[in-house]
Amino acid sequence: MVQRWLLHPAAKPVLWLLLAAPAASLLWRGFHDALGPNPAEALIRGLGDWTLRLLCLTLLVTPLRTWTGWHALARWRRSLGVTTFLYGTLHWLAYAWLDQGLDWAALVHDVAKRPFILVGTAAWLAMLPLAATSFNAAIRAMGGRRWQDLHKTVYGIALAGLLHFFWVKAGKNDFAEVALYGMVILGLLTWRWQRWRIGN
Amino acid sequence: MHPLKDRGFRHPVASDITPRDLWQNRRQWMQAAAAAGMGLAGLSSLNAQAQALTGPGKLPKLAAGRSGVAGAIVMDKPTSYADLTHYNNFYEFGTDKGDPGRLADSLQTRPWTVTIEGAVQKPRTFGIEDLLKLAPLEERIYRLRCVEGWSMVIPWIGYSLSQLIKQVQPTGNAKYVEFVSQANPAQMPGLRSGVLDWPYREGLRMDEAMHPLTLLAMGLYGEVLPKQNGAPVRLVVPWKYGFKSAKSLVKIRLVEQQPVSSWTRAAPEEYGFFSNVNPHVDHPRWSQATERRIGEDGLFTRKRPTLMFNGYEAQVGSLYAGMDLKKYY
Repeated sequence: MVQRWLLHPAAKPVLWLLLAAPAASLLWRGFHDALGPNPAEALIRGLGDWTLRLLCLTLLVTPLRTWTGWHALARWRRSLGVTTFLYGTLHWLAYAWLDQGLDWAALVHDVAKRPFILVGTAAWLAMLPLAATSFNAAIRAMGGRRWQDLHKTVYGIALAGLLHFFWVKAGKNDFAEVALYGMVILGLLTWRWQRWRIGN
Repeated sequence: MHPLKDRGFRHPVASDITPRDLWQNRRQWMQAAAAAGMGLAGLSSLNAQAQALTGPGKLPKLAAGRSGVAGAIVMDKPTSYADLTHYNNFYEFGTDKGDPGRLADSLQTRPWTVTIEGAVQKPRTFGIEDLLKLAPLEERIYRLRCVEGWSMVIPWIGYSLSQLIKQVQPTGNAKYVEFVSQANPAQMPGLRSGVLDWPYREGLRMDEAMHPLTLLAMGLYGEVLPKQNGAPVRLVVPWKYGFKSAKSLVKIRLVEQQPVSSWTRAAPEEYGFFSNVNPHVDHPRWSQATERRIGEDGLFTRKRPTLMFNGYEAQVGSLYAGMDLKKYY
C-alpha cells in the first residue's frame, strides 16, 4: 500500500513541494516582516534548523527501508540529500548576507576566528562534492563503488553539523535540542556501524 | 523650580495611579514650560517625543518627570512597545526570546519586597510601594546593548540606584554591590532548567553602582514594568551588556569582595565581571563591533557600529581610567 503511494507519479512533485515549504514560509515571512523582532536571526536560525532536520531525514531513509521493506523510499534519498545541501547553502548565504553584510574581508575574518562558524562552513563545503555528483551520469562516470565511498562523507558532515549546533547552543548552556538531534544522528550512525560490523 | 527636573510634583505610589488625562495634561504643561521658559528650540521636540512614549494602556500608569541626569535621554528612536515586550532574555521563564512574553504572567509582583543588607549601617527591607515613592520618578531613554549583538532603545522610568543605596548608609567596607533576582520555581518555569545557577546574581563595583546613570527601574513607556521586562523592580546599567542589569530584584547586598555573577560562573572566559560594551573586545564566539537595532533595521540593512561604552563614554569613561579593558572585560 505504502509502496504504491511512494511509486505514484505524483509522489516526487509532492515531496519537492513539502521540502520547499519551510524555506518558502521563512522567505515569505522574511519579506513580509513576519519573522518577529529580529528577522535576520530568525531567518538564519530557521534555515539552519531545517538543514539539520533534513540531514537527519536523509540519514533515516536507509534504516527506514530496512525496517519497513518500503524499498521505493530509495527514490527519495537523493532528493532529501540535495535539499539538505540547498538549505545549508541558504543558511550560509543568509549568514554571509544578513549577519556579515556580504563584506568578504569580515567574512573571512569571522570564519577563521570562530570555530563554530568554521566547522559549519566546512560542513557546508563538504556537501558540495556530494551535491555536484548527485545525478545519474556522475554515478556512471565515477563507478558505483567510488560514488558510494564519496557519499559516505555524509556521516562526517552530520557530525560536523551537530558540533556546529552544539557550539551555537553552548553559549546558553541550552542543550535540550542538541541532545535531541544528537540522539537521532548518533543513533542512525550506530545502526549503520553495527550493520557494517555484521556485514564484515 | 526647574521644570526639567520635576522635583516639585507629588509622586504616586502603586495604589494611587494617576488618571491618564491628568498625566497627559501634566506632560503638556511641562512641554509648554520647557518651550516658553527655557526658550530652547530642541527641548519642545524632545518633550514631544517623550509625550508619545506611552504604553498600550494595559498596565497601571506611572507618572515621571524628564530626567536631568547627563546622558539620560538619548535621541535614538525608541524601540516599539511590542518588540520590547516580545523579545526578551529572562531565562527564569525560558531561553527562547518569546518565552518571557508568553509565560511571565505567572510572576506575582505584589506583595514584593527588596532587602538591602551587608556593609550598611541601616539594613532595611523595602516594599515595592516604598520604593516607588522613595525618590522622584524620572523618565530616561537609554540604549540597551545585548551581548548577543542586538540593541534596543528603551524609555525607562525610575531613579538613580544611588538614591536607594544612600538610604541604608554604606560603611567603608562596601566595595561592591551584589544583586539577587527572584527565583520562585512555582512562578518561574525556566528555573527547572539547569541553564544557570539560580537565583540570578549580578554585581557592580561601588562607584559603578553609585553612578547617576545606574538606574533602579520600575516602569517603561509611562507604565509599570511589564513582567517579562523584570517587574516590579530591576537594575539598568546602560553602558554594560544587558545581562548585567538584573531583573525582578529581591536582594541587594553591599559587600567587600567582588561578587561572582551567574554568567561569570557559567562561562568565565566569555562573561567577565565588568562586561562593559566594547566594540574592540570580541566575545569568544562573535564580534562585538556591530549590532542590530531591533525593529528598526530591516532584513537587509547593515548592522550598525557598536559604540564604546554603548555611547556613554563621556559619562562613565573616567570610571575605568588606566584599566586594561581587554583584561578586565
